[in-house]
Amino acid sequence: MNAAVLQPVQETLTQKIQVKNLNFYYGGFHALKDINLQIPERRVTAFIGPSGCGKSTLLRTFNRMYALYPKQEARGEILIDGDDILSPRQDLNRLRAKVGMVFQKPTPFPMSIHDNIAFGVRLYESLSMREMEERVEWALRKAALWEEVKDKLKQSGTSLSGGQQQRLCIARGIAVKPEVLLLDEPASALDPISTGRIEELVHELKNDYTIVIVTHNMQQAARVSDYTAYMYLGEMVEFGVTDEVFIKPKKKETEDYITGRFG
Amino acid sequence: MSASIAFMDLYSRRLWINRFNLAVSLLTMLIGLFWLGWILLTLFEAGFRTLGPALFFTMTPPPGASGGLSNAIAGSLIMAAMGTLIGTPIGMMAGIYLAEFGSRGWLAPVTRFINDILLSAPSIVVGLFVYEVYVIHTRHFSAWAGTMALALIVIPVVIRTTENMLRLVPDSLREAAAALGAPQWKVITLVTVRAAKAGILTGILLAVARISGETAPLLFTALNNQFWSLDMNQPMANLPVVIFQFAMSPYENWQHLAWAGALIITLGVLVLNILARVFFRNKSPTY
Repeated sequence: MNAAVLQPVQETLTQKIQVKNLNFYYGGFHALKDINLQIPERRVTAFIGPSGCGKSTLLRTFNRMYALYPKQEARGEILIDGDDILSPRQDLNRLRAKVGMVFQKPTPFPMSIHDNIAFGVRLYESLSMREMEERVEWALRKAALWEEVKDKLKQSGTSLSGGQQQRLCIARGIAVKPEVLLLDEPASALDPISTGRIEELVHELKNDYTIVIVTHNMQQAARVSDYTAYMYLGEMVEFGVTDEVFIKPKKKETEDYITGRFG
Repeated sequence: MSASIAFMDLYSRRLWINRFNLAVSLLTMLIGLFWLGWILLTLFEAGFRTLGPALFFTMTPPPGASGGLSNAIAGSLIMAAMGTLIGTPIGMMAGIYLAEFGSRGWLAPVTRFINDILLSAPSIVVGLFVYEVYVIHTRHFSAWAGTMALALIVIPVVIRTTENMLRLVPDSLREAAAALGAPQWKVITLVTVRAAKAGILTGILLAVARISGETAPLLFTALNNQFWSLDMNQPMANLPVVIFQFAMSPYENWQHLAWAGALIITLGVLVLNILARVFFRNKSPTY
């Protein structure tokens, strides 16, 4: 990997996440190989690549989700605001409160729509009833769901449609006011209209958050992201400004994948 | 032409095989239901005429006199309730341990194996065990001993259902809660257990149904009491042992009461089973 490929950022941006020589293992399987990457603040960065290339694995190191499972191990450094989150002294719950995540399948909790949002907020803040109501409304408005659910906040979160459930999960993620939002194929289980809504949402949210999105859909990556990383077999093949990666990729492999000759 | 005949042959053969299998499975189902129906019919026939207010408000009589089962009903309710109250939290916590923390180490597989043995152990063994470790040392039968024996039967049932129901909760839900920064105990109590609530409750109801008909574990522990007693340190009357004693007796009025007691237990268990089903159908989450 030469350094020029990995330093594509022309505008002067703060680097929110810096990944240095990251290796990841599932037991004996070497899933990520020497990843180096810098993710700029308040921009959307997309990870693309064929199934099994390690893009979700990489995403799940940013909030150390993998630590829930035995036998999964990351080595190297991941700096968020300059602090190494892989250090054993890192408080995992504080990290996850700061780095939110939305998953491929909607995962509403078995409680009311209101409580779904309030769940995360209550963990780290003690708000009055009024403040909590305002926060719930704020999060639901941000996630473009407020108009659809404002009259049924007491209903179960599982009663919503798939697209609504996913926006509920996004609302839940931003209600705790994280700094980084990780989206793991957030629209792959949704219909085109719901997908469109979520993409608009990502566009909107990047004013306040650093967003990293994993997607199988290259058009989606091209539409929503400012920066794109192409990964293959656990390696970072190319990283750059989205327009450049899509219009004139520096590597042959990237071009083959993007044009559909491979993958 | 011949192809279409061959096709018709194949089709009619499959049709007949289908009819044959359907008939056989219907028949086996009817055989099963027949015995159940017969048991219920006999129970109703023999127990129904003794069923009445006197049964619930008067105590077990001496031979030849009239009476009811009030002390046995009260004793059964108290011991089943106490057994469930003691057994359920232990069983649930052990089940949570197995499902949520059991992926590493050797303790969980060993516990699971022992629990399976306990689950299929004859209940008379449980009764003898409590007799040996508690009754012998206190030198008298007591309701506490009966409660302990029943709790020992509740525990493995609740462990098994709690673990199974928690395993049905998808990992993505646990991840979603952890991703918000929730510590593991909050993930478990506020999200995972809540998602499995209906299933766990069903398991508890089924455990209650199971212990309300057990005779063997009470025979060596709570024994019986022909008087009204709510003292947990004294022997306590209970339906299964009263039924056992009265049904074996030569006195006709005792035999009638035994039938009525059996009917009460059966109806109670039936109601519990129906409740369990209704809970599970209406409240099970859809993932």
